Amino acid sequence: MNLKGRHLIDPGDFSLLELESIFRLAEKIIENKDEYSQICKEKILGTLFYEPSTRTRLSFEAAMLRMGGKVLGFSDANVSSAAKGENIADTIRVLSAYADVVVIRHPKEGAPRLASKYSNIPVINGGDGGHQHPTQTLTDLLTIKKLKGSISGNTVGFCGDLKFGRTVHSLIKTLSRYPDNKFILVSPEELRLPDHLRHMLKNIAQVEIIETEDLETVIGSLDILYMTRIQKERFFNEADYVRLKDSYILTRNKLSEAKEDMLVMHPLPRVNEISYDVDEDDRAAYFKQAEFGVYARMALIAAQLGVGNNA
Amino acid sequence: MLKVESIHYGIVIDHITQGKGKKIFDKLNLGEADFPVVLLRNVVSSKFGKKDIIKIENRIDIDMTMLGLIDPNVTINIVEDEKTIKKMKVEIPKEVQGLFKCKNPRCISNAEDNINPLFTLVKANGTIEYSCEYCEELTSYTL
Repeated sequence: MNLKGRHLIDPGDFSLLELESIFRLAEKIIENKDEYSQICKEKILGTLFYEPSTRTRLSFEAAMLRMGGKVLGFSDANVSSAAKGENIADTIRVLSAYADVVVIRHPKEGAPRLASKYSNIPVINGGDGGHQHPTQTLTDLLTIKKLKGSISGNTVGFCGDLKFGRTVHSLIKTLSRYPDNKFILVSPEELRLPDHLRHMLKNIAQVEIIETEDLETVIGSLDILYMTRIQKERFFNEADYVRLKDSYILTRNKLSEAKEDMLVMHPLPRVNEISYDVDEDDRAAYFKQAEFGVYARMALIAAQLGVGNNA
Repeated sequence: MLKVESIHYGIVIDHITQGKGKKIFDKLNLGEADFPVVLLRNVVSSKFGKKDIIKIENRIDIDMTMLGLIDPNVTINIVEDEKTIKKMKVEIPKEVQGLFKCKNPRCISNAEDNINPLFTLVKANGTIEYSCEYCEELTSYTL
């Protein structure tokens, strides 16, 4: 597999074999971190974060630093030239000369795709509005592979904000490419999966989807429960957010109906959709998931830079 | 009865659904043309009862991709030496650029200038829907 120089804007940009090669590299890194600690020496990761981020930005920075590389960029659009009105095309053209690989997070959907058209270096989509978040998908798939054994043949429940939850969009799109996965979508009517994704899943991927508003009636059939927070920042109307924000709260009591080996996943940050008492349950996988995120991003960056194959 | 002569060289857009001729005339920007054009409305048709027709003289290099979106009944006739040398039915275009904007207010194409997204046909049964190359949201186009 040669991912050197390739962009990752949508999880569909990589074939399943290419994704597998990233997971293999990530697993090698997990097993022997020291061997990979200098593979990005002299390399620079550019971070263009036009929207607030803690986990994703720090995860990318940790990934690059753990491979001996350096990081430059901004984490607030107000301190960048974007505040002066510079467009994305100009920003990325300039950054292409400063860095070897760049991650971009932007509130507008499709901004990383636009950036990739003008970039001479690999562009990674670090999350664009309510659209896609492909590196969270790498993280999620690596977590499922490590903790569940297989990415195929699972009944996966997605619960919460499926309309604006970009991690859901990227993950369900990718899981639908693996065989024998079934999906149960749990959300209020107003936060159902976008039409274009439902159309893709039903007509192109031809996977089984069940949509419901009731988590408790379906939790017993799930192998994986992927919880999401209601995305406050995507609502145009505060009243709608307040009405929907407490739609689903997973408690230890509700987990009593779930399978003993079900995984509870969450891209984090959580607000109140998973009670703190669930953290102590063996099925809670979300902090492990955050840890795997660093290794998944290390493997991605190394593959895009074409380093680490012989480590 | 009103009589419009046949053209020697050019295009005849025929079988336009009655009332849609003006829209096609405008979309093709024919009001700005410096070559002879004529829009005929409410012409008696054995097939449709009444129809509109557009005749364009001296030009055959007009991009008519979007006609299928405005009126799928249209027939395009290419005329040379007063004879129809080619007759084409229009189709719903598989890709469209510049005819409409992405309906998604969160799309980058609605936030920055000079972005002209390519739309790809996703559904053409009943409603016609196009997917934006940037945000993938579906934008419907009504015939």
